Amino acid sequence: MRLPARRIREFLIEKLIFLSGIASVIFVALIFVFLLREGVSVLKVTSLGSFLGGRFWYPISSPAKLGILPLILGSLLVTAGAVVIAVPLGILAAFYIAEVAPKRLRTILKSCVEVLSAIPSVVLGFLGITVLVPFLKNVLHLPTGLTAFSGSLMLAFMALPTIITISEDAINAVPREYKDGALALGATHWQTLYRVVIHGALPGIIAAAMLGIGRVFGETMAVMMVTGNAAVIPHSLFEPVRTLTATIAAEMGEAAKGSPHYFALFAVGLVLFIISFAINLTADLLLNRGRKR
Amino acid sequence: MWIPARKSVLTTLVLGIVVFACSCGGKNAGTENNSTLQIKGSDTMVNLGQAWAEAFNKLHPEINVAVTGGGSGTGIAAILNGTCDIAESSRALEEKEIQQAKAAGITINETIVALDGIVVVVHPSNPISALTMDQLREIFMGNVTRWNLFGGEDRPIVLLSREVNSGTHIFFKEHVLRRGKSKGPEEFAPAALMMPSSYAIAEETAHNENAVGYYGLGYISPRQKVLAVARDDRSPAVAPTIDSVRANAYPISRPLYFFTRGEPAGRVKEVLDFTLSPEGQKIVRDNDFVPVR
Repeated sequence: MRLPARRIREFLIEKLIFLSGIASVIFVALIFVFLLREGVSVLKVTSLGSFLGGRFWYPISSPAKLGILPLILGSLLVTAGAVVIAVPLGILAAFYIAEVAPKRLRTILKSCVEVLSAIPSVVLGFLGITVLVPFLKNVLHLPTGLTAFSGSLMLAFMALPTIITISEDAINAVPREYKDGALALGATHWQTLYRVVIHGALPGIIAAAMLGIGRVFGETMAVMMVTGNAAVIPHSLFEPVRTLTATIAAEMGEAAKGSPHYFALFAVGLVLFIISFAINLTADLLLNRGRKR
Repeated sequence: MWIPARKSVLTTLVLGIVVFACSCGGKNAGTENNSTLQIKGSDTMVNLGQAWAEAFNKLHPEINVAVTGGGSGTGIAAILNGTCDIAESSRALEEKEIQQAKAAGITINETIVALDGIVVVVHPSNPISALTMDQLREIFMGNVTRWNLFGGEDRPIVLLSREVNSGTHIFFKEHVLRRGKSKGPEEFAPAALMMPSSYAIAEETAHNENAVGYYGLGYISPRQKVLAVARDDRSPAVAPTIDSVRANAYPISRPLYFFTRGEPAGRVKEVLDFTLSPEGQKIVRDNDFVPVR
């Protein structure tokens, strides 16, 4: 009698773990199906070309103008700006913390990075609107400090902890023999870092950068507070932009259910989902290529 | 034996979730309730209505007041159909609606319960202190992009608007850009920055010499300069104050109405009297509207 009881328990535990394991797959699939179902309805009022390529976003006018090209470009521009700032800074910081810094400084730096990651985005946005935005306007002589660049700076701050922590793990995971071998061959510390360690850690560093980009692309609150949210096609980093995420956050609360505006916002979510998915897929492909080598 | 049992547990669980989800979704459906007083209409007034309802409920726990939005037109249609007790509206009855009421043999009673005034603000250093409605229209539609055209300094104009989900955004658009019509081709310039809150508009105008924005009368602070507005070239410019809004001398203002079927009586009258009482009018002021008494 005992054996079946134990087997039932094991069976249940096994199935529970299985369910937990595939839960994320189910959730992603359900979210995608839901977004698709609601978002595709926007094609009843506009064509795919004029939705993705339209230059004007006036969602509550009649007839509504539902062109999200400025929003897509806004999101991409803010993300690109943040990546250019955060990726080099994050990787260099990771190298410093992992390889160069004295032991005590390393502990302090690591806890500082952790604190940085714990700051809520709305607090960063608040600092941005009261300090960064007026500062940038005065220093760079801009018409307004509410620009894509302000958003990029905020987002770079938010992506840094992710990039630093994961890069540092990757650097620490490089087998000690590699370093010892290089040093034994007479390479300096710098040469070892530059020629050996970076190669061993590259897949992890790329993953770190990609996760950072993913974080930046999907961030909403801080961006909404400092980028100005004007739905115009941006020509430089120093102009206001409106991102996909900010558009959904700002407008979803009041969009009448079943209206073209409502479906358009779901379609914006779908576009966001597809772009995020593409970023993650690229990261995976790069990682796999790195591992094979 | 135990495999089907397990399945049935799962089925029950899934069924439970579905039933739960349905019951959540259907919550708004049951409106036909004798103990509940229905207030419906203007989105601008939803928060005000809810604040009134909460305070009223404390005095009269036996009367339950439910407030929903949907727009002034929705509220008026509901009062004509008899599906609500009070319609909140940010506009007067249209001729068509008066005809409908006559045809149905109903008299609609209107009461002005509050006033809504929108002020235009600039940076305190801006030399301009008054503009006409037409000048505001040109500025916010993006036809005039530098301050010197209206006697200001040679600076670019940075437009600050609220997001499309804001009643203030819609009122400003209809009242200033479209000269009082609810539909029309006029839109805010695409370059207008969409700010997520009145706070964000106040903050940016306090820091930026180029900025011009608008917000509710209750938000006035010494950190921004409030512009006087003239109805047209021949009229004097009027500064927005509670008195000038009440006297209908300030052009960017409107009355907010309660519409009832016939003379208000019973519970409807109690609610109406409460909104006009000193306590009710204090709530008006707390919600950044102008009290009528």
